[in-house]
Amino acid sequence: MFYREAGDFKTTYAEDNQTFPIAFDRYRYYFVLIVGLAIVPFVIDDYWANAILIPFLIYAIAAIGLNILTGYCGQVSLGTGGFMAVGAFTSYKLMTAFPWMDMVTITLLSGVMTAIVGVAFGLPSLRIKGFYLAVATLAAQFFLVWLFNKVPWFYNYSASGQISAPERSMFGFAVTGPNAEAWVKYVFCFVFVFVLAWVARNLTRGALGRQWMAIRDMDIAAEIIGVNPLRAKLSAFAVSSFYVGIAGALLFTVYLGAVEVGEAYGILKSFLVLFMIIIGGLGSIFGSFAGAAFMVLLPVALRNFFAGGLGWDPALATHFEFVIVGALIMFFLIKEPHGLARLWALLKEKLRLWPFPH
Amino acid sequence: MKKLATMALATAMAAGPALADLVIPDLHYRTGPFAAGGIPFSDGYQDYFTLLNQRDGGIGGVPLRIVSCETAYNTERGVECYESTKGEGSLVYQPLSTGITYQLIPRATADGIPLHTMGYGRTSAANGDVFSHVFNYPANYWDAASVIVNQLLEENDGSLEGKSIALLYHNSAYGREPIRTLETLSEMHGFELSQIAVDSPGQEQGNQWLQIRRERPDYVVMWGWGVMNQVAVQEAINTRFPMENFIGNWWAGAEHDVAQSGEDAAGYRALNMNRLGDMPVFAEIQEHVLDAGLGAGDGTNLGSVLYTRGMYAAILAAEAIRKAQEIHDVADITPAMMRDGMEALEMTNARMEELGVPMIGPEFAVSCEDHGGTGMAIMTQWNGTEWVTLTDFVAPDDSVTQPLVMEDSAQFAAENNISSQCGDS
Repeated sequence: MFYREAGDFKTTYAEDNQTFPIAFDRYRYYFVLIVGLAIVPFVIDDYWANAILIPFLIYAIAAIGLNILTGYCGQVSLGTGGFMAVGAFTSYKLMTAFPWMDMVTITLLSGVMTAIVGVAFGLPSLRIKGFYLAVATLAAQFFLVWLFNKVPWFYNYSASGQISAPERSMFGFAVTGPNAEAWVKYVFCFVFVFVLAWVARNLTRGALGRQWMAIRDMDIAAEIIGVNPLRAKLSAFAVSSFYVGIAGALLFTVYLGAVEVGEAYGILKSFLVLFMIIIGGLGSIFGSFAGAAFMVLLPVALRNFFAGGLGWDPALATHFEFVIVGALIMFFLIKEPHGLARLWALLKEKLRLWPFPH
Repeated sequence: MKKLATMALATAMAAGPALADLVIPDLHYRTGPFAAGGIPFSDGYQDYFTLLNQRDGGIGGVPLRIVSCETAYNTERGVECYESTKGEGSLVYQPLSTGITYQLIPRATADGIPLHTMGYGRTSAANGDVFSHVFNYPANYWDAASVIVNQLLEENDGSLEGKSIALLYHNSAYGREPIRTLETLSEMHGFELSQIAVDSPGQEQGNQWLQIRRERPDYVVMWGWGVMNQVAVQEAINTRFPMENFIGNWWAGAEHDVAQSGEDAAGYRALNMNRLGDMPVFAEIQEHVLDAGLGAGDGTNLGSVLYTRGMYAAILAAEAIRKAQEIHDVADITPAMMRDGMEALEMTNARMEELGVPMIGPEFAVSCEDHGGTGMAIMTQWNGTEWVTLTDFVAPDDSVTQPLVMEDSAQFAAENNISSQCGDS
């Protein structure tokens, strides 16, 4: 009944090639956009913004970035946390050195800087593959965190090595710093997520995305049919790091406001983003969102349910949260190894036939 | 199931009517690698407020309500906890984490809620002229570094010329705090300072102790927390480092840090910002709180080092509430009034005696400019079974710490466009 093509006639090639060819799917997409941009900013409060939606949006960007590299191009990376740190420290240095610069430029430049660093660490991928590449990117993770700890120039010689984001405004509204309104921060992140997800979706549908997938599926075959592995792999590293860098920059400037590199961008962050794409679905933009939602929202929801709803002891609730999230991860991976994105696709298939499956 | 439903109903009803109460959020961590330190502190903090509720019916006739939230020492969770509890009328935040403190300083200042970071957090917040809503009395890290050096000076007949001190620190904002002070002091007194970082959480310290074994410093000063302390003490024993020359700061001197090494760790010294030992208040907590089954924990921590410090933090908060009620002549105070109360806080020996905690801390008075207290601390030593107090309160060298506080807070004020907070009042 839902998701049917019946009666949905395409008269141009452009219509035939659009991202959401099924009308129902397209309307759902518009609906999400309208709710996200026209309703949520008016009803959002500090708690929903700072504890739930902003981290979800930022981690969604990071997950899309890692998904481009790992899900689409097949290069396993454990350096996400380190690359996020590059984005954060670039924006810190830019914010303090050029106070006049606006936040969009700063965030984009942080992405560009991270892309350069990402390409540098992506060079070994031309020679090494699989687990060995994962270890090489792990080295990037540790090296970058060590570097930002070791060289005081990166944190402007502050006593504690913490960096904190000064207040910056756009169109007269504070975007960073403590006086920023919840809805401004939310809209700022939402616009970034929308544009970046849109670009990622179209990149992966185009020639570049096909090259990445060819490399992922069988690199020797890809090379024989004329895909340049150097270009494909390094472009995947560059685009992926660009996204991850922007996520790291936003995590620091908009969400946390003050970070310490070892804690905010440690190896655990790399694992967190990797889990997001594995649970969400490798090689799927929707999967990146689903994975980010699963890993960010579920713990908060469980905590509020146990500690707030049932009045349990918070420590007990936290322990239970580990148990339940862990069990759910195992459950999903056993029931559906291709992630939540695959579950969603199956559901769509079922809904097409519902309520008359025969 | 029925029990769960009743509990849910009870919480719903408790949250329903808006009765006058004084809300104290407790951002504790009872899980994760730092839980060993987080549990006794939180127990002490909560139990004292429960005691006030049970014995006196709250403060000034208004009952206290504790809202607890688990952070697991994680800054992102700390932010979530802050955002979820600030709407309840929270009077003062006490996150017990330097990382979370850095997150909360701008947020709490913007929201007008005071922050009490007792002996942790941002040291330069002692300058109330810049940090209007942050208090770190009775002492801060730079005081601690200075106290340790002063104590060593006294032991070495006033000169540390030619001596070497290694700083073994948790590689985080917390651990890096004392470096600046120690560098200044090393220039002043002519001792050699080497810095040895331990990455969080600090279960692996083989390399660091190899370096110590090679360099053979005269003293090792430790800025550790959580599991790092236990490992460091064990490694010191393994490398046969003389334990009495191994000195921890006040977050590296609790029972659980040394108890597993027992007799072998005897001689290890640590600072403390509050006195230890039996106090009349413990009997009252036992009677009114623990025996009544209202304890925050299982009650085994009563009287331990960190329990006492958590209780001391609660006493300081309760005294500030009293002060605020007195100044504004209102029983049900707001966070803004709480801030005024904290700024006018004065702890005297007579008052501490009256509260059943004689001489628990030094006498100090807070003012608009000075949010840091006296900075005095005592030296304690582990004798194999318990911590014994070695010295009276030792004063830090204010001529060293004060310029550093001014310099760092001026930088913060310039970065964030903060004008003088005390000039106009």
